[in-house]
Amino acid sequence: MPDALLTDRQTWMATLAKAPPARLAALLPDPPTHMVLRQPEIGAVMVRGRVGATGAAFNLGEMTVTRASVRLATGEVGHAWVQGRDKGHALRAAAVDALMQTDRAADLAAQVLQPLASAAASARAGRAAKAAGTKVDFFTMVRGEDK
Amino acid sequence: MYVAVKGGERAIDNAHQWLAEERRGDPAVPELTIPQIREQMRLAVNRVMAEGSLYDPDLAALAIKQARGDLIEAVFLIRAYRTTLPRLAGSLPVDTGAMAVDRRISATFKDLPGGQVLGPTFDYTHRLLDFALMAEGATQDAPPRVGEANPMEGETRVPHVASFLNRDGLIETADASDTPPPDLTREPMELPADRALRLQALTRGDEGFVLSMAYSTQRGYGRTHAFVGELRIGTVAVEVDIPELGFAVEIGEIELTECETVNQFKGSKTEPPQFTRGYGLVMGQSERKAIAMSLVDRALRWQELGEDFTGAPAQDEEFVLMHCDNIQATGFLEHIKLPHYVDFQAELELVRKLRSEAQAMQEAAE
Repeated sequence: MPDALLTDRQTWMATLAKAPPARLAALLPDPPTHMVLRQPEIGAVMVRGRVGATGAAFNLGEMTVTRASVRLATGEVGHAWVQGRDKGHALRAAAVDALMQTDRAADLAAQVLQPLASAAASARAGRAAKAAGTKVDFFTMVRGEDK
Repeated sequence: MYVAVKGGERAIDNAHQWLAEERRGDPAVPELTIPQIREQMRLAVNRVMAEGSLYDPDLAALAIKQARGDLIEAVFLIRAYRTTLPRLAGSLPVDTGAMAVDRRISATFKDLPGGQVLGPTFDYTHRLLDFALMAEGATQDAPPRVGEANPMEGETRVPHVASFLNRDGLIETADASDTPPPDLTREPMELPADRALRLQALTRGDEGFVLSMAYSTQRGYGRTHAFVGELRIGTVAVEVDIPELGFAVEIGEIELTECETVNQFKGSKTEPPQFTRGYGLVMGQSERKAIAMSLVDRALRWQELGEDFTGAPAQDEEFVLMHCDNIQATGFLEHIKLPHYVDFQAELELVRKLRSEAQAMQEAAE
């Protein structure tokens, strides 16, 4: 999905899902008091691919996922679906999702989401730069008939 | 026939204790941690995830440790764990055109847009043992590209090589369809299988088996004249429609290897001369498996493309699909070591009876 078509909520939920659990815990050491609507549940998502990259869908295999839902004292409901089996990760991500619907959204974006997003972007850029370092620069040898 | 027998309990307990001790090896050598296996045995972890059909590097590393490095046993542990998980959803098909590529090469086009990116490959190494690794020395970081601009920078899409050929109509197309694919983990595999089901079986199939099947096509048993049109390794986002929200969210990222072959095709009764394609997509960095999968995928498509069945094993859907799963294979193979005392007793009786009959006939003849 092109970035421009993503809603803000899709963007922050993706950032939270992909964040390393330890990093999120460090940025949000004390989640706000909340009621757990759905206890963290570990399960699997069947990942699909496409035949020939563009064709019919096929089942590639599963991945582990943890989901959770919380409600803040002020009533906002937050959901999380995160890769892996870390229940604390799912609860924290759900709490941030709920908080982002409150007037604390700007603070949270600056304190939690921004650092996560920029760490992910720099990790990605670092790998891309290493990949680019292995790009082949072809040059043609002088051929016999040119002499 | 299996008979319940008692009396092995103490022996089994002791065997398990000894197994744990042997797994640990010499206590004077530091014990392996799961992060060490996950980070430093990554290709083994990838293989266990692909054949275990569950993407979770920590669990795959744990399985490898528990299985003492026996990768098929590790795959077995992952498959068993997988069955305990509730299936929360199916993802949207991953978009490999938006892959963050570590490696992308083409054997058919030298100057493909974005260039030939080698990535962290064993190719071009000399395959000489590196004794420096025994000395536990630190490695140097890979140099990033400096100076001229990175040609891929800012690009969010990496076009597939097949799309270039498709501009001239020289290659068959694969049109999108979102029909829910058949799932062999939910319904027993039925033959004939459609291509989606075949790809599911192959991507979780044993790497050695799929490799040998692919190699057999190259040696002439169902030849498909394959070129590696493109091979790419990198990460893609996994998106899931979240029912409680009513929209799709990226729930994580996985590493994949994708291979697309371009195959010479002279045309048949039903298809014009054009290039055809074989497809491989495997979890993790699993290049050999992805290439092999695309060759076998192409070989299995003989009927759809109106080619002749030459009797080659790689063209035989039942032969390939029913034998590519190493957990099914190992389960049936290894069960014969379990007690078969009654079966064997019956065989013994039968052989004795046949021998005495044969002896009696011989004596009567004399």
